[in-house]
Amino acid sequence: MHIVYELNHEIQEEIEKIQNHLLLEVKNLSLTIERFGKGWTREHLYVIRDFHLKIHHGEVVAIVGASGSGKSLLADAILGIHPKNSIVDGMIKYENKLLTEKRRKRLRGNDILLIPQMTNALDPLMKVGKQVKTLMKQKSYQKSVKQIFQKVGLDPAVYDQIPSACSGGMIRKVFIAMALASEAKLIIADEPTNGLDDESIEEMLFQLKMLAKDNRGVIMITHDLEAAMKIADKIAVFYAGETVEVVDKKHLKKGGKFRHPYSRALWNALPQNGFIAIDSSQPSATEKLTGCSFAKQCPKATKKCNMEKPLLKEIGHDEMVRCFYAGM
Amino acid sequence: MTKWLGASMLECKNIGFYYNRSSWLFRNIHLSIERGEIVGIYGKSGSGKTTLAKIMANYLSPMEGEVLVDGEKSNFSEVYPVQLIWQHPEQAINPKWKLSKIFEEAKELDQEILSILGIKEEWLNRRAHELSGGELQRFCIARAFHPDTRYIIADEITSMFDAITQAQIWHALIWLVKERNIGVLAISHQIPLLERISDRLVDFNQLKAVRTE
Amino acid sequence: MKNQFLSIDFDNTNYKRRVLWKIIGLVCLFLLVALSGFWIGEEQLEANMGEKNLSPSLQHPFGTDWLGRDMFFRTLSGLHLSWKVGLFAAVISTAIALTLSLLSSVNHFFDSLVTMLIDLFLSIPHLVALILIAFVLGGGVKGIVIGIAFTHWPSLTRVLRAEILQIKSAEYVHVSRKLGKSRMWIIRHHYLPQLMPQLFVGFILLFPHAILHESAITFLGFGLSPEQPAIGIILSEAMKYLTMGMWWLVVFPGLSLIGMVVIFDALGNNLRKLLNPN
Repeated sequence: MHIVYELNHEIQEEIEKIQNHLLLEVKNLSLTIERFGKGWTREHLYVIRDFHLKIHHGEVVAIVGASGSGKSLLADAILGIHPKNSIVDGMIKYENKLLTEKRRKRLRGNDILLIPQMTNALDPLMKVGKQVKTLMKQKSYQKSVKQIFQKVGLDPAVYDQIPSACSGGMIRKVFIAMALASEAKLIIADEPTNGLDDESIEEMLFQLKMLAKDNRGVIMITHDLEAAMKIADKIAVFYAGETVEVVDKKHLKKGGKFRHPYSRALWNALPQNGFIAIDSSQPSATEKLTGCSFAKQCPKATKKCNMEKPLLKEIGHDEMVRCFYAGM
Repeated sequence: MTKWLGASMLECKNIGFYYNRSSWLFRNIHLSIERGEIVGIYGKSGSGKTTLAKIMANYLSPMEGEVLVDGEKSNFSEVYPVQLIWQHPEQAINPKWKLSKIFEEAKELDQEILSILGIKEEWLNRRAHELSGGELQRFCIARAFHPDTRYIIADEITSMFDAITQAQIWHALIWLVKERNIGVLAISHQIPLLERISDRLVDFNQLKAVRTE
Repeated sequence: MKNQFLSIDFDNTNYKRRVLWKIIGLVCLFLLVALSGFWIGEEQLEANMGEKNLSPSLQHPFGTDWLGRDMFFRTLSGLHLSWKVGLFAAVISTAIALTLSLLSSVNHFFDSLVTMLIDLFLSIPHLVALILIAFVLGGGVKGIVIGIAFTHWPSLTRVLRAEILQIKSAEYVHVSRKLGKSRMWIIRHHYLPQLMPQLFVGFILLFPHAILHESAITFLGFGLSPEQPAIGIILSEAMKYLTMGMWWLVVFPGLSLIGMVVIFDALGNNLRKLLNPN
């Protein structure tokens, strides 16, 4: 009896370990670009200052931030394809092991896949179906690719077409098909709903959720808070190059509000909420920040906020906020 | 006589357009916008809303019908009184220009417009690639407020931006058009947004479906 | 726990600097050669029978020819002349290209006209056309300059026309028109700034063509008159003396000519790299 009990316990632990298996963990990520300013002076752009993220298998995590805040560079930084004149710093762990340059090269396109914003990322002269097929790991047939096409809502006949003959919507579906075909465990979608109408947005979100349900991790980078709230399990709010809040959807569903003043401002600005516009804009990437990055725009800022920089504080399970007076 | 009756309206009368003769994009479109009113129009992607916008701003000529501005149909070789603001500001500004040049183009540097739209002094010396989309769009909007502008067509002008930038831009735009009695046609796929900003809403698909005898 | 992922260095920004230094270096070299021609007086080019047929030495770095003329100065002088001819020809050719490309943007009719002209001129082998024009105009500097100018505008015109077509369809040009701007205004403020890089590079790259053609024509006897020390003349006359073993009469002028052409080419390419940071 005693022995059987112990065995069960071990299996339980194993199961829990796998479920809590972190797919990707990012801590203190920063990206600084050096470029020439006026004339020959050198300028430093602190595009990403302090970024944190955690994602598990089967989870959708949305990174929400203002347009032009450097969100797209996040994808590049994680994938290691940032511009030549930049320095990346910080810790990234993939499947609990450090992500070194060498490992990244191996994983890029295989385990970690990027769904780009631009629909011109495909080879314009190669048949669409063939391009999807090349991503499949095992020996594959046209049939299996066509099956994937059906899953994403594409006519199997699209297999033989070339990208220029396809509409933007079709190409977006091809990207999803590629993600399915590749068996990539982590998928980063860069602004997947930008410029789309309501119907297309719903469809795209559905596809992304489908990918997650297939036990992959999906990181969705977007400025659309609404879209994020529809499918994300966790929302990481990004402001002035920093993660200012990570909130669990369950908290929001229970009627909880966002904790950071910027997140609240973003929420209140939505037309279906208050349509309230706070009066100001993000600090520029060249500014060196003292104190809280949001202090100048925050309605609740105090002297402390202007002088001291708040650190990301963990609140409960996987939630964080960067504010001295969070939730108050 | 008719001039008085038709005054103060941007009218689309029986507009029809096609890209190839076999399939009309739309036909028999009737739409009118009064000075000082904001009309919101929504519809599916690709249904022809942008094409209609271009026709109303005189970038395209319709195959059928006509557009009357305050009762007149003229080529207006000077400033066209209906100004169109595009969805992608980075394409609507010459990348080699210093941004201050845009005001040289629009003839007057109206300080009020600059401050309402939140355009910072230091931006004027920059080039387009140095600013974000939201900042650029403010320039495009300011440019549209030429003293001779009577109507503005805003084609998905904030759909690429986050909620805060969108709210800021629309608040400023609405203040300006109400103050100057400018009529606005706002195109967007976001119905909650249109409900906030418009005086009345129009469904483009319904507009297309209407047939007059 | 921090991990340093130091990416590749800040190479991109240094690249710009390096290209710029290359250009400055080339320009200095070029100016040295080209402008020196202004200072070469009659004495250096004088015949000096006492010193004829000397092989290269410290006193005469390029040797002397059968008339005792110092080859170094003769070569420099020749290069200077070639450069002047090249300048005129390039200026006229570029002006033609700019005018025609702007003309083609007016409307469909003019566009077809210009395109037809381009195709016409491109189909004629230009050395033949060049010789014909130079001959008809009676040779000399005038013949050469006009001949080169009128045979080299097509390719630049094609490039400029393509650029204009692209700019024309840009949204910001449409907006300018609706703000009441005239065609001249649009050309001046939208087209020209975008065309400048191509125009400049095209202009610079025309030089090597002009110079080589001028030498070729002169060598063949259709171009400049024998009294002027053009490289072509130098080379053609030197041919007779090759068999006598006076290799320096051909090698140095020839190398200098090639050298000058290479400088221009490199200048053009580096300028293109600088102006087009992609």
